[in-house]
Amino acid sequence: MEKASYIRSRIWLEEPEPNNPFACRAAYCHGYDVYGEMLGSAGWVDMIYLLFKGEAPSLAQAAALELLAVALANPGPRDPAVHAAMCAGVGGSPAAAALTAALAVGAGGSGGAREVLRAMQAWAACGKDLGAWQSYWSTPATSKDAVDAWPAAEHPAGFEPLGVTTTTPVKQALARLASLDANSRCAWLSTNLTSLEQAAGHPLSMVGVAAAALCDLDMLPEEGEMLFLLLRLPGAAAHALEQRASGHKKFPFYELELEDATSGAVP
Amino acid sequence: MTGQSSGPSLLSANVGRLKSRVGGCFLGSHVMFRDKVLHGELADASWLDVYLFGITGRRFSEPELRLLERIWSYTSYPDGRIWNNRVAALAGSARSTGNLALSAALAVSEAAIYGRGIDIRACDFLIRTRAHVAAGGELGPWVRREVSERRSLAGYGRPVSNRKDERLDPILTLACSLGLGTGPHVQLAQDVEHFLLESRLRMRMNYGAMAAALAADLGMSPREYYLYMYPAFLAGMSPCYLDAAERPEGTLLPLPCDGVAFVGSAKRPWRKL
Repeated sequence: MEKASYIRSRIWLEEPEPNNPFACRAAYCHGYDVYGEMLGSAGWVDMIYLLFKGEAPSLAQAAALELLAVALANPGPRDPAVHAAMCAGVGGSPAAAALTAALAVGAGGSGGAREVLRAMQAWAACGKDLGAWQSYWSTPATSKDAVDAWPAAEHPAGFEPLGVTTTTPVKQALARLASLDANSRCAWLSTNLTSLEQAAGHPLSMVGVAAAALCDLDMLPEEGEMLFLLLRLPGAAAHALEQRASGHKKFPFYELELEDATSGAVP
Repeated sequence: MTGQSSGPSLLSANVGRLKSRVGGCFLGSHVMFRDKVLHGELADASWLDVYLFGITGRRFSEPELRLLERIWSYTSYPDGRIWNNRVAALAGSARSTGNLALSAALAVSEAAIYGRGIDIRACDFLIRTRAHVAAGGELGPWVRREVSERRSLAGYGRPVSNRKDERLDPILTLACSLGLGTGPHVQLAQDVEHFLLESRLRMRMNYGAMAAALAADLGMSPREYYLYMYPAFLAGMSPCYLDAAERPEGTLLPLPCDGVAFVGSAKRPWRKL
């Protein structure tokens, strides 16, 4: 095999069975024997953290990721990404289409993974400096923000544009995460929540909690974006299956209200 | 907290109904497509005509439609090595569905260094640059600043080749034959290439700049152009899926264990810290 055909990886090493170079005998993730040692000793969040960061998590990191994973696992059927998955489920689309639908909608800059990335970029720029946050949001967009495929942000990342006050689950998730480490961003966010919300003009959202927690886990914004997408899939999957079993006659089709030049009148 | 009571009101006003400015179906009766009846006023329209009407709200002439369709077909390469096409081929080899294969391959086509990520940036750059030059600005410093700020210039240079883009002459020849190849954005795209080749930047124009320029000369905005280009690679993807699906399962680009060059940590015992 020519060297140019090799895939390079710092994550994964596989050793072949002696009778088949294409069959794996042992797999090592960042040096750890996955099937020989980790299996039965490591948890799901240990494996996820290891894959993303290259090191096993500390007990505190594993606890924080576990907590975040439970908090994000199911945004519920009112969430647009879960709604999208249910649209796939109710029509009998393939399982992958249901998850693809949830990923596409849940990727967005309004309540989705792109907003998580932007909020994490804000954390990288502002840290625990309240003044920096206030000026971050008041700085106008630069030419670097010229058109790209992602629609421009319409509200401060990590905050709920249509909310009234911080919701109880957001406060509960933030309080749990903040209690794990008094020096964490989550703890600082909890302490300064009122000032930050006043500066943002909106209440904190679960996206904002997730962004702070992912920064506390040393995730880069791109890693946080990916992990947020991944951690919200279980609920999308379960609700897609539920609606598939329930059938399309019990799934709302909604009224159509045409505006402007379009006309519902029979021609 | 600073009250934002308009939020729930806005949400309440939208509960249980879909508001639309683009049409809808009245099953058993008719379908409105924007302000036209799909099976009436649009009954003779080609799929591309309808597609562009959906995006822009405008109708295009026959020569324009012909050019816009060729922009797609001239960049449809049935080569399973290309990253997005490879997704379709891998799905075929793994015996996934054709719909999933093509959907994923098109999603992957929204890349930062080719495809839709480049399309929207290239179109935006040409439109902004034209306005800058029309206002009396100099081209060279503008292009240099663009390259400096973004570390690349959408539509110039090519990820895996520095040879002249093979699609440029055919599409420009066709565009000129249709009377659509000499618009201001096409001229500007060529001026930018001349500057790049004469400066130390030395980047050739690629199809992304030329296609964006041709579309901008037809009045498309960057986002309209981006949406119009969505199926651009599709015709090359289906054959990649089918070819792989017709070969023995799992045999597309197989890698032996030692085909992955490991450059990470040495083996170590598992421990929870």
